[in-house]
Amino acid sequence: MSPRARQWATALVSGLLFGAGLVIGGMTDPRKVIGFLDVGGRWDPSLAFVMLGAVAVHFLAYRWVRGDATPFFADEFTLPTLRRIDAKLVGGSALFGVGWGLGGYCPGPGIVSLGAGSRDAFVFVSAMLVGMLLVARYESWRASSTGARAEAPSRGPAAAR
Amino acid sequence: MTEFTPFASLAGGVLIGLAASLLLLGLGKVAGISGITANFLLGQPSERGWRGAFLLGLVLAGFVLALMPGDAGGQSPRSLALVGAAGLLVGVGTRVGAGCTSGHGVCGMSRLSPRSLVATLTFMLSGVITVTLLRWLGGGA
Repeated sequence: MSPRARQWATALVSGLLFGAGLVIGGMTDPRKVIGFLDVGGRWDPSLAFVMLGAVAVHFLAYRWVRGDATPFFADEFTLPTLRRIDAKLVGGSALFGVGWGLGGYCPGPGIVSLGAGSRDAFVFVSAMLVGMLLVARYESWRASSTGARAEAPSRGPAAAR
Repeated sequence: MTEFTPFASLAGGVLIGLAASLLLLGLGKVAGISGITANFLLGQPSERGWRGAFLLGLVLAGFVLALMPGDAGGQSPRSLALVGAAGLLVGVGTRVGAGCTSGHGVCGMSRLSPRSLVATLTFMLSGVITVTLLRWLGGGA
């Protein structure tokens, strides 16, 4: 297998396993998600166990990354670099939480349910993509208008991303 | 309303952890689904391959789910309009906040990232408040 094919195969298997885990764990059932968030009502703590099981296992993988390791089929690890806890993080997360509580879906389960033919999921995922696109548009508009007003003349309009 | 299923949920969680670990150790990538989705569409074309393969895996898992007997999941108790609004909020929120339950919740917390811990607590709290408010407003859970 070529290196690229190995990467794609690994990603495919990862997605399959991830999806299976979401289904078995109950995350693809919006009622179960809402039940988990309904702390003051008919509380179903099941999803806490999903998170627990996932983190318990995945934590070990990150321990392995600590050393000089490289990924099996790639040259390097691409880990998040942002560090600041800022308004974007908190505001964005709060908004996400509202959407999550409103519909009972988050991105992963939405996509899995889409594969299962759910009409709800189709609506959810479509709207989610629109939301993502809107943010991207806004961000590039911000970047280009900031670039145009930049003090350093060598900085020209923001390069296409 | 929904049954407490500690064992199935734990098992599902372990599978998720294994899947995320496979992506990390295999490709060095974070299994943050909001990021994978957004960057599949809007990010570098050269990175589209693995992202597309991962997303395809998710979709196929759903497809297999639908083939099995029983409820094919995916029945939100909310109206379609609310589900649409929810999608919009999730799309915007996950991009602004740079992650979701998989990215911040599973991967970030496994890395002991303070950012992800704050994000996770925030969206959990926000989710709880939302569901509680909806229940009070007579929607039922």
